[in-house]
Amino acid sequence: MTVAFSATGTDLNSDMDQRFGRARQFILVDTETNAATILENTQNMNAAQGAGIQAAQNVINAEADAVVTGNCGPKAFQVLQAAGIKIYHTREDTVGSALKALLSGTLQEADSANVDSHWS
Amino acid sequence: MPEMRKNQNDSPFTLAIASGKGGTGKTTLATALAEAAGMAVTLRDCDVEEPNAHLFVRPRWNRHTEQNRHVPQIDAQRCSACGKCAELCQFNAIAIAGGRAMVFTELCHSCQGCRRICPEGAISDMDMLMGSLDCGVQLKNPATPINFISGKLAIGQVMAPPLIRAVKNVGAAEPLNILDCPPGTSCPMITAVRGSDFVILVTEPTPFGLNDLELAVETVRQLKLPFGVVINRADTGNSAVRDYCRDNDIAIALEIPWERSIAEAYSRGDSLCDASPALKNKLHTMLHHIMMREETV
Repeated sequence: MTVAFSATGTDLNSDMDQRFGRARQFILVDTETNAATILENTQNMNAAQGAGIQAAQNVINAEADAVVTGNCGPKAFQVLQAAGIKIYHTREDTVGSALKALLSGTLQEADSANVDSHWS
Repeated sequence: MPEMRKNQNDSPFTLAIASGKGGTGKTTLATALAEAAGMAVTLRDCDVEEPNAHLFVRPRWNRHTEQNRHVPQIDAQRCSACGKCAELCQFNAIAIAGGRAMVFTELCHSCQGCRRICPEGAISDMDMLMGSLDCGVQLKNPATPINFISGKLAIGQVMAPPLIRAVKNVGAAEPLNILDCPPGTSCPMITAVRGSDFVILVTEPTPFGLNDLELAVETVRQLKLPFGVVINRADTGNSAVRDYCRDNDIAIALEIPWERSIAEAYSRGDSLCDASPALKNKLHTMLHHIMMREETV
């Protein structure tokens, strides 16, 4: 399975980015091979609106199966959910520890957004 | 009164009153100019998020209409989830997920680009209530009536530009249109000033005033609109706004003094012209200078 982590840096030692839509970037981890690739999110960091929707679109296009992030708003949640992508919220500091938490089964799949919309 | 350029070919002259900073006196100036014009005017309150010019114009209302805007409606049978609409949308209002297009209408700017680009013809226009238009007339000087138009965004709606366009396009074209524009330099302000013959940027001589004036100047220059500056509460603050205008060859069209009588008139909902007949004459002169000027600044 491919998991997208919102990250402030480019490797597994990087801190998690608490933001989903305006995450610095995503690190895509293949949990079978442990291979990590970077998914850029720069265009959304400064988007006037709809950053969450577009970030969700990018994650869908990258064929991720799950998202691990700090906070996910209602629109991004709706888009990810429609694509059948599982969402996990975490307060782990680094991408590596969040990955460990996911693999050990301590993260619970979210059934709703955990922050309000910034828009309306 | 000298002959006016725009009257010669019967095409109305549109003067936009804008600013970067809010609370500089756009409405005060726009309503006073309408009164000082000495000709029939249409005054349009384009600040649809919080319209307030009517408080000073106190028109006799004669028409109220609900306004809809177009948002996309997707025919799920026809949609092939090709993603062209989502890719085109500059407002991130469409996503393709789970083999279908999802629309977030609250983010849609009603540009209709998605409908045009859809290769399957799966997108049609759907009406969505965005607000209302109120039209009226003020006959304080019966020979030179002020036609008044005001737009008000419906509660819960955040997309101002389509309603601003409606405010700008409705009703009879008097020889002079004055637009009371929303503050800032984002989409609502740009929608309001776009296409004007001249823009007055109202500012105050403070660091805040200067910062936001600079942003507004960059914006109207990008839009290639001729403009000048009016300094309100002119004898407060510092000289930085004047220095900036001098260094950048920007004309200061008028300075409005900081006077208790003006503030008192404002608090009663009276016009600047009521507070200061001398200013009314200056406004008249300034307006006609602007209308007679050449196309280039």
